[in-house]
Amino acid sequence: MLLTLLIITFVSSAVVGFVYSLTEKPIGEVKKKKIKASIEQVIPAFDTVTTFKVADDGDSLVFYSATKNGAAVGTAIETFDNNGFSGHISIMVGFLPDGTINGVAVLSQNETPGLGAKMSEKQKEGAKPAFTTQFLGKNPINFKLAVTKDGGNVDAITASTISSRAFCLAVQRAYDALKAHQAADMDYSQLVNAE
Amino acid sequence: MNFQNLTKGIFKENPTFVLMLGMCPTLATTTSAINGIGMGAATLAVLIMSNLAISLIAQYIPAKVRIPSYIVVIAAFVSMIDLLMQAYVPDLHATLGIFIPLIVVNCIVLGRAEAFASTNGALASALDGFSIGLGFTLSLGTIGAIRELLGSGAIFGQTLIETDGILIFVLAPGAFLVLGYLMVLFNMLKKKLA
Repeated sequence: MLLTLLIITFVSSAVVGFVYSLTEKPIGEVKKKKIKASIEQVIPAFDTVTTFKVADDGDSLVFYSATKNGAAVGTAIETFDNNGFSGHISIMVGFLPDGTINGVAVLSQNETPGLGAKMSEKQKEGAKPAFTTQFLGKNPINFKLAVTKDGGNVDAITASTISSRAFCLAVQRAYDALKAHQAADMDYSQLVNAE
Repeated sequence: MNFQNLTKGIFKENPTFVLMLGMCPTLATTTSAINGIGMGAATLAVLIMSNLAISLIAQYIPAKVRIPSYIVVIAAFVSMIDLLMQAYVPDLHATLGIFIPLIVVNCIVLGRAEAFASTNGALASALDGFSIGLGFTLSLGTIGAIRELLGSGAIFGQTLIETDGILIFVLAPGAFLVLGYLMVLFNMLKKKLA
């Protein structure tokens, strides 16, 4: 009895292990491709990307700093917020070097279909502006990242203020991290110059 | 081993409308036609393989450990399907999410293993899995198509009517409504035929 169960579990796990080793590579590629596609979607054309993590609020943001022919073209930041209507949302925000938002792409969210989930909708030709469109070309210096109800400049998705708020917070988080990072970088270069 | 084995899952022993098994994925994943069919297809694949495997090893398994043994076999196949879907159909895998691993505890799969595969031959069991799985796929596809059409005016992602749709059909209560009315239709049809 024990032996039968032992043999069954052993054979089963061996088979699963085999399939895992087969699929490990394609799964990794799919994930990389997805990240790469969303980076390309949010920042202008580039040739090299440097990836690094920045700790934030017990979690970390992933920076994808892109350059073309050595000149910085922008930074894509994988950011998140945990206060969506159904918890965690994860988005990729692309900033130009001066802090202007160049593009936004939703990576994952569990918001209500037909309401908060509309944040994932891409702009369609001739349709009314998608929620994310209003962020494009705005600089958070003079564009308050909060819904109009909270005194900000963002038009919330109809009947989805909570989802819209979480989205704004995620973008704000990325912007703050970018600013902090840029400031830190500048201090460092000044130090070097001073020497 | 006959034609009956192949078609029973679609009507006579339809897992959703007659056996009423696997209600959790039925209600949760049928927000659109393609999601319903994807979930059905994943279950179909697991059903065929687990039925086949279990019918082959059933005679060697002592009665006392048969349920844990079946679960282990089913879990192995589900993990395989989960990994394969992640690798080759990542978009569908992302929408179905947690419901793929949960096929392990889908009553249909264990039910067929216990009620059919453990006492029948390999080929008959594989056919049984195919038949029940096909019935499940068709049922989920139908529910998904109706919910998608009413909820967002689209079918298979193709917009038919430019509208905001009746939101409730995309949300959880809509699943119960559509399932309930389809069950009524199904029973009326069955009575007429009988």
